[in-house]
Amino acid sequence: MAGPGGGSSDVQWCFSQVKGAIDDDVAEADIISTVEFNHTGELLATGDKGGRVVIFQQEPESKNQPQCRGEYNVYSTFQSHEPEFDYLKSLEIEEKINKIRWLPQKNAAQFLLSTNDKTIKLWKISERDKRPEGYNLKEEDGRYRDPNTVTSLRVPVFRPMDLMVEASPRRVFANAHTYHINSISVNSDCETYLSADDLRINLWHLEITDRSFNIVDIKPANMEELTEVITAAEFHPNQCNTFVYSSSKGTIRMCDMRASALCDKHAKLFEEPEDPNNRSFFSEIISSISDVKFSHSGRYMMTRDYLSVKIWDLNMETRPVETYQVHEYLRSKLCSLYENDCIFDKFECCWNGNDSVVMTGSYNNFFRMFDRGYRQDMTLEASRENSKPRSVLKPRKVSTGGKRKKDEISVDSLDFNKKILHTAWHPLDNIIAVATTNNLYIFQEKLN
Amino acid sequence: MSATTAMEVNVEARRILAVSISKLYASRTQRGGLRLHRSLLLSLVMRSARDIYHSSRESEGPSGAQPATEEPMDTSSNPGEQTRLSEPQQEPQPALNSAEMAPEEPDNTEDCCDGEITEDKENLSPTRQSRKRRGKASAAPDFLPSKRARLEPGEERYAAPLGSCRVGAGESLTTLSLNRVIPAF
Repeated sequence: MAGPGGGSSDVQWCFSQVKGAIDDDVAEADIISTVEFNHTGELLATGDKGGRVVIFQQEPESKNQPQCRGEYNVYSTFQSHEPEFDYLKSLEIEEKINKIRWLPQKNAAQFLLSTNDKTIKLWKISERDKRPEGYNLKEEDGRYRDPNTVTSLRVPVFRPMDLMVEASPRRVFANAHTYHINSISVNSDCETYLSADDLRINLWHLEITDRSFNIVDIKPANMEELTEVITAAEFHPNQCNTFVYSSSKGTIRMCDMRASALCDKHAKLFEEPEDPNNRSFFSEIISSISDVKFSHSGRYMMTRDYLSVKIWDLNMETRPVETYQVHEYLRSKLCSLYENDCIFDKFECCWNGNDSVVMTGSYNNFFRMFDRGYRQDMTLEASRENSKPRSVLKPRKVSTGGKRKKDEISVDSLDFNKKILHTAWHPLDNIIAVATTNNLYIFQEKLN
Repeated sequence: MSATTAMEVNVEARRILAVSISKLYASRTQRGGLRLHRSLLLSLVMRSARDIYHSSRESEGPSGAQPATEEPMDTSSNPGEQTRLSEPQQEPQPALNSAEMAPEEPDNTEDCCDGEITEDKENLSPTRQSRKRRGKASAAPDFLPSKRARLEPGEERYAAPLGSCRVGAGESLTTLSLNRVIPAF
């Protein structure tokens, strides 16, 4: 089996599967709002606007087709969150799942955290493949027997049954956030996790639901002086005392929980000075960071703002070590993108298993990969037209100059309603999950 | 800056302001309530557009001088106060009380800590203090299509600022919105 990552120069991507409805009329509840592989990559979870979580499981590789990694099929579907109403503020609380994060597996069951704007839930997903049979007081169908008819005693035994996957909410972490939750992140200690809203970050213990510690609070005494909000937060992958949070001003703060109980003072501040040539009405909006992700190694972190992806070395705060332009051709279109609200889109980003390639989404159902080692980038498209099994994806190109070459697409032809905000990369293999509005595409590396 | 460019910038700024305001009002009815992040970004754009609008009006000549006399004392109603200081007509009053302005306005540092903000509010002009909704009759800055009769020449100066001695023409509606947005939480 080929190793994870590798250079973009020799990796070719093939269509593997697509999940979701085919029709163009998208029901709002079906809009995918988060995608996440578990730590082994065997399970792939999606959350949608309707508050549902769908988990796909990878089939074991078949011996007949060693070239093909297993397909992902539905493993479990459950309603995680329901719409709620805050009577005090007369506000509806959306059931949309903002984030899903898996816990590392400790026993036979799987656990994940899912969150909407206000409430985080811990779900246990367990398999049941046997059931007890031979009760004394009950028939097999559950009806109670007349005790007078019981003449002998037997011990019930477990017999195999069809596999049933059950999801049950084990913890509900509620009432800790005044503002809208944008991130959750499980600590490497596997006992605690953080949740972040626009102004505050709370630390929870997975076992304790009636208490959480506030570790960051950037709410000003006078709300009229508000200048920035928290946009994303994440724990360091191996240092359990370290986390980062990004802001709407384009800064990232790294905090050390050992320093004090309230981490308002950052240990490090990562900020790149703005290029004065690029100043416009919308400079502040496009510098707002929509996602921050540590590398698997813990040495780097990646941030996504509206037009670019930046890689930061945690040892250097003054500027990123690498910057990749996702769709620079949009810089001259910011006004239109402001009018159609696209400028507020929050794109996520992800690393591949060995941190050599990063990926993020764009418009027109394009997604981009940047190979850090080979300094190459690639644009691919998730569409039903390219959905023949194992068909190789052809790189796409957006023409920026006056002359449009054949097979290139001009900026004005891009469909801004087709956006890829959520992508995920299998932690070990070259398998990626890309969410369009209501479909989930799975692509795999072409294996020879 | 040439007159035509200033005019273009002015028109663009006005358009962006109008778009921003309609977005702000639309976001009130959004499901899930007002989004703080989005509201903040909208207010930042509005502030930039407002500033550009004013500076381009300055370059237009005498009409540009008009906001100078209307300049209010307090500008802490807006999130992110520092860009207010970039406007050509600075208010010298010590009532500027945002902590962020401390490095930029040494004259006003005396009132720059959070604890004094509420105090300073009491010293401000009563129109600033009032958080009552302005009547619709006065809510027609010139960058929005006017649906009302033109005001008397003598009253023109006051029409845009919504009858308050607030910031320059065309800004007060946005100021109003900016006021409402953040404290609404």
